Amino acid sequence: MLLDGKRLLITGVLDPRSIAFFVAKVAQEQGAEIVLTGFGRGMRLTQRAADRLPETPDILELDVTQPEHLTAVAAQLDERWGRLDGVLHAIGFAPASCLGGGFLDAPWEDVATALHVSTYSYAALGRSLADLLAVDGGSIVGLDFDAQIAWPGYDWMGVAKAGLESANRYLARDLGPRGIRVNLVAAGPLHTMAARSIDGFGDFESVWQERAPLGWDLRDPEPVARTVCALLSDWMPAVTGEIVHVDGGVHAVGAGVPDDVVTPAED
Amino acid sequence: MSDDLLGTFKAILSEEFGVPEDDITKDATFEALGLDSLDVVELTLVLEEKTGVKLEDEELEDVRSVGDAIAKVEEKQG
Repeated sequence: MLLDGKRLLITGVLDPRSIAFFVAKVAQEQGAEIVLTGFGRGMRLTQRAADRLPETPDILELDVTQPEHLTAVAAQLDERWGRLDGVLHAIGFAPASCLGGGFLDAPWEDVATALHVSTYSYAALGRSLADLLAVDGGSIVGLDFDAQIAWPGYDWMGVAKAGLESANRYLARDLGPRGIRVNLVAAGPLHTMAARSIDGFGDFESVWQERAPLGWDLRDPEPVARTVCALLSDWMPAVTGEIVHVDGGVHAVGAGVPDDVVTPAED
Repeated sequence: MSDDLLGTFKAILSEEFGVPEDDITKDATFEALGLDSLDVVELTLVLEEKTGVKLEDEELEDVRSVGDAIAKVEEKQG
């Protein structure tokens, strides 16, 4: 199996529709042993989601803005496993003022929160787990939404994701010498709780329906989960600082898929 | 509208969410019962476990009250 014997930390399982939930599920199906993290008010929900996985994993409390939480999680994983093979960072948050058309009005305090939780935490998590990931070589994977262009309603979360893309490169630079790979998966839009909180999310949907050469199913996070698991596995050993687009191909095309594509005749 | 389902909702909301049973009527909104958006998602998970009915996220968007939710579950049960 792809992840036989791997020991993985999966953050961001908020409910059974979370992308991270599907990563946890596929990882277990592929032989990984996993631990989840949950946060504050969402812990109960994370527990209910965990109960629906093939095997119910333990959940550690982790607020990524609290340095002592990061230290405690690293210590607990050290005690449990003595090493870590991979971690999924599936964490992002922006106050309402930062989303849904508030780009020019959002106050710095709210923007700072968005950047702290969604961007800085990637480096903070990588730093706190680096010693454990370096034991046997490891893989850090984060979740991105293509930040090269501006999207309707995404506003400061888009800026946070652009920062995440840059942080990914710097983290790859600094952890590479210790045998740690660092990559992002830029997913197409999916019907998750995170998506529901974005006004204008519907505008993304039509873009994907019109432009994805492979098509795109807003209700199926499994293609994203499989790609994350591939990056967590030993099968992409020389890939780091990369952004893998799991979006049906939308990032590669500038307009809708033409109706009159000529299919070569079969002989 | 099913009284059985109202009973199910009363049991779930009082046992799992600590809402006083007397406050739980068909007209009560989740907001008035002190449930936020995370609680409502959790409620759908518990409902699925207890009734086998799975509510999709967009079906929840216009669900405000216990009565609305009961109607959705009945619709799904056919």
